[in-house]
Amino acid sequence: MSSDSSYYVPESSKLPIFMAFGLLLFVLGAGSTINDLGKESSNSYILLMTSFAVIWGVMFVWFSNVINENNKGMYSDQLNQSFVWGMAWFIFSEVMFFFAFFLALGYVRMFSVPWLGGEGEKAIANILWPTFEATWPVMVTPDNETFPGAEKNMNMPGITKLYTWLPFWNTLCLVTSSGTIALAEAALKKGKRAAFKSWMVVTISLGFIFVFLQGLEYYEAYAHMGLTLGAGIYGTTFFLLTGFHGFHVCLGAIILTIMTIRGFGGAFSEHDHFGLAAGSWYWHFVDVVWIFLVLVVYVF
Amino acid sequence: MSAVIEGHHDDHHHGPAKGITRWLYTTNHKDIGSLYLWFSFIMLFIGGAMAMVIRAELFEPGSQIVSPEFYNQMVTNHGLIMVFGVIMPAFVGLANWLIPMQIGAPDMALPRLNNLSFWILPAAFGVLLATFFMEGGAPNFGWTFYAPLSTEYAPPTVTYFIFAVHIMGASSIMGSINVITTILNMRAPGMTLMKMPLFVWSWLITAYLLIAVMPVLAGAVTMMLMDIHFGTSFFKAGGGGDPVLFQHIFWFFGHPEVYIMILPAFGIVSHIIETFSRKPIFGYDSMVYAIASIALLSFVVWAHHMFTVGMPIAGELFFMYSTMLIAIPTGVKVFNWLSTMFKGSLTFETPMLFAIAFVALFTIGGLSGLMLAIAPADFQYHDTYFVVAHFHYVLVPGALFSIIAAVYYWLPKWTGYMYDEFMGKTHFWLSFVSVNLTFFPMHFVGLAGMPRRIPDYAMQFADYNMIVSVGAFLFGLSQLLFLYVVLKAIFYGKKATGQVWEGAQGLEWTLDSPPAYHTFETPPNLEAGEAKG
Repeated sequence: MSSDSSYYVPESSKLPIFMAFGLLLFVLGAGSTINDLGKESSNSYILLMTSFAVIWGVMFVWFSNVINENNKGMYSDQLNQSFVWGMAWFIFSEVMFFFAFFLALGYVRMFSVPWLGGEGEKAIANILWPTFEATWPVMVTPDNETFPGAEKNMNMPGITKLYTWLPFWNTLCLVTSSGTIALAEAALKKGKRAAFKSWMVVTISLGFIFVFLQGLEYYEAYAHMGLTLGAGIYGTTFFLLTGFHGFHVCLGAIILTIMTIRGFGGAFSEHDHFGLAAGSWYWHFVDVVWIFLVLVVYVF
Repeated sequence: MSAVIEGHHDDHHHGPAKGITRWLYTTNHKDIGSLYLWFSFIMLFIGGAMAMVIRAELFEPGSQIVSPEFYNQMVTNHGLIMVFGVIMPAFVGLANWLIPMQIGAPDMALPRLNNLSFWILPAAFGVLLATFFMEGGAPNFGWTFYAPLSTEYAPPTVTYFIFAVHIMGASSIMGSINVITTILNMRAPGMTLMKMPLFVWSWLITAYLLIAVMPVLAGAVTMMLMDIHFGTSFFKAGGGGDPVLFQHIFWFFGHPEVYIMILPAFGIVSHIIETFSRKPIFGYDSMVYAIASIALLSFVVWAHHMFTVGMPIAGELFFMYSTMLIAIPTGVKVFNWLSTMFKGSLTFETPMLFAIAFVALFTIGGLSGLMLAIAPADFQYHDTYFVVAHFHYVLVPGALFSIIAAVYYWLPKWTGYMYDEFMGKTHFWLSFVSVNLTFFPMHFVGLAGMPRRIPDYAMQFADYNMIVSVGAFLFGLSQLLFLYVVLKAIFYGKKATGQVWEGAQGLEWTLDSPPAYHTFETPPNLEAGEAKG
C-alpha cells in the first residue's frame, strides 16, 4: 500500500518501553539462571520465562500493529524502503556475528593448535604439553583429563558413503529449501496463490527436517561419538558453529511458518509482501552460512 | 482509508505529550536525542566519580583509600561506563537530534525502534551498576575483559556483565540500523551523498562500523559465557584453544570501536571550525574519503593492541605498517581543519575554543599513537601509563571535547536559549588546563615504566602522580560548571535567533530556535544545491 506520500511517524508508542522492560528481565533472568546452574533449588528460571513471555508478547503486538498500519495504507513507498534497508543491515549484523565464530575456528586451526603441537616460531607453547600432537580435528586434547577429546569426528566419510552422512542430507534440505522459497515468492508475484502456499509448506517442512536431523546428529555425537561441548576445541567449535546456525534455522523456520499462516489467511499481495520477502532473505542468509559451515566444519 | 490518513496529519500539529509518558513512549527524534544526551551526562558523572576514586588512590604511593580489589572494579567500570555509557550514547544523541534536521527528514526512519534503542541502555547499565552490590563485587578484569581474567578468575557477576554487554550491543546495532536507514533513505530531494553535511557523513560510516563490529563483540562475550558455564575451551589451551584468541576477537571489535568514538567528532569539529572561520570547509571531498579510509583501515590494524603476546614477526610487521597508514588520512583531516582556519575571519566563541583544542590535543594523542604503533618501541610502552596518556588524549580532549563543543554549538538551536559566553569560556579554560595537567605527565611516568591498572607505584613516580591527581580533581569539578552552564542556559538564557551563529550553514539553521516538535514534515527542496556544510 503506497498511497500516502508523507512519511508515517507514530505519535508515541508503549511497545518499546515494554520491550525494554522485557529485555531487563531477560538480563536478570538469564544471568541468575545460569549462575544458579547446578544449585539444588533455584527459582531464577521463572524470571527468565517471564522475560520470554513479555518479549514474545510485545513482538506479537508490535508486528500486528505494523501489519495493521500497512493494511490501512499508512505506509509510503519511502517507508517501505526503510524496512528494506533495515532488514538488509540487520542481516549484515548477523553475518558479522557468525564471522566471529568462523574467525575463532580459523585461528585455532591455523595457529593455536599447530603452535601447541610445536610448529613454527611459537614452538615454545609445546613445552606446556610436550606429548601433544597437532591434528585436526583435535581428538586428543593437550590436557586430556580436563577435556577428554572426542572418540569420533563428524568429517565426511568419503564419496561412496555419502548417503550415510547426515550433513549431506542437511545440505540437500537447506539448499533445496532456498530454491523452494524463491519459487514461492515468484508464484506470489504472479498471483498464483495456490502454488505460493504449497511451496511455502514445502520450504518450512524442509526447514524442520533440517532441525530434526541436526538434533539427531547432536544425539549421535553425545551418545555414540564422545563428541560434547566439553570435549576440547573441536567439540567447542563444532557445537557453537552448528548450534548458532541451527538456532538461526529455527528462527527462520518460525518466521516462515508465521508467514505461511498469514499467507493461508489471505495476507500478501503481488506487490506488497515485505514480511515474506524479509523472511525469505533471512532464509537465504541461513543457507549461505550453512554452505561455508559445511566446508570448514565438516569437509576440510 | 483517507480518514485514517487525515487523522494522523492532525496528530502532527500538536506538540509533545505531558508528563513522564512523553519520555517513556516518545518516538520523536528530538526527545530521544535529549534522552540519550542526558543519560550520557549522568553516566559521565558516575564514570567520573570512579575516576576520582582512582586518582585519590593514586594521589600518593602506597595503599591509601580503597582495597586493590575495589580499585580493579573502579578501573573496569570507569572504562566500561565512559566508553559504552558516555561517549557512544552522547554521539547517538547528537545523531538523533541533528541528522534528521541536517538532511531535511521528518524524523528517524524507524521511530519506535529508536525509542527501544535508547530505553534498553538504562536497563543494561542499571544491571552493570547493580553488580557492585552482588556477591563477588562488580566486574574487575579491565574494560578489555581479557580471558582468563574474565573467565576462570572472574567474579560470578561476570554472567550479568555478559548479558549487559549483549544489551548494549543490541542498542548500538538497532541505533545504527536506524541512522544508516535514515541517511540512505530520508534525505531531502537534491541532497546527494556528496552534498551531505560532514556530521552526517561521519555518522553514516560510524553506523556501518558499529553494525560490523558490535556482533563480533557479542560473539566474544558468548564464547566467554560458554567457557565459564558450559565447559567449552575457546580460551583454554588445555582443550586446544588459546587465551590470545580472545584478544584477537576483542580487538577486531575494539579497534573499529575506538574509531566509532572519534569519527562523529571529526564531523562535529568540521562544522564548528567552518562556522567560526566563516569559510566553507577546506577539502570537503577529501574529508569524506579520509573518514572512509580510516574506517576501512580500522579493520586491519587490531593486533597493534597486542604486540607483546608473541605474534610471528610477519604479523608484527603487518600490523605495524597498516597502523602507520592511518596517520595519512588523519593527517589529511588535520591539514584540512587548519586550512579552513587559514585566512578565515576567526572568532573564538566557546564551541570554537573546544574545537581548536580538539585539533591540537587530538593531534598529540594521534602522534603518541604513532609511537605506540612501532612494534619494537611498543614492547617498552605496552601496558604503561604512556598508553593511558595516549588514549585519554584521544578520548577526553578528543571525543569528549567534541561532544562538549557540539553541546555549546547546538544548545541554542535545541533549547532556543543562549548559554552564558563568559561561563562557557571559563569552563573551557579550566577544562583545557586541567585536562593537560591530568594527562600530559602520564606520558612521562609511562615512559619511565609505571604500569597501568595498579593501585600502588614506586616512589619515583610520586610527584607526577600528585600533579595528575590534582589535575583530575580540577577537571572533574570543571564539568560541574558545565552542568551549571547548561542548566542556566535552559532556565535563564537569552533568547536565541534561528541562525544563532553568523557563519553557520546547513538546514538545521533555517529552522526556528527551538525547532518545532516536528520539522521538515514536507522535505525542503534543495535542487539549488546549497546543502553542503
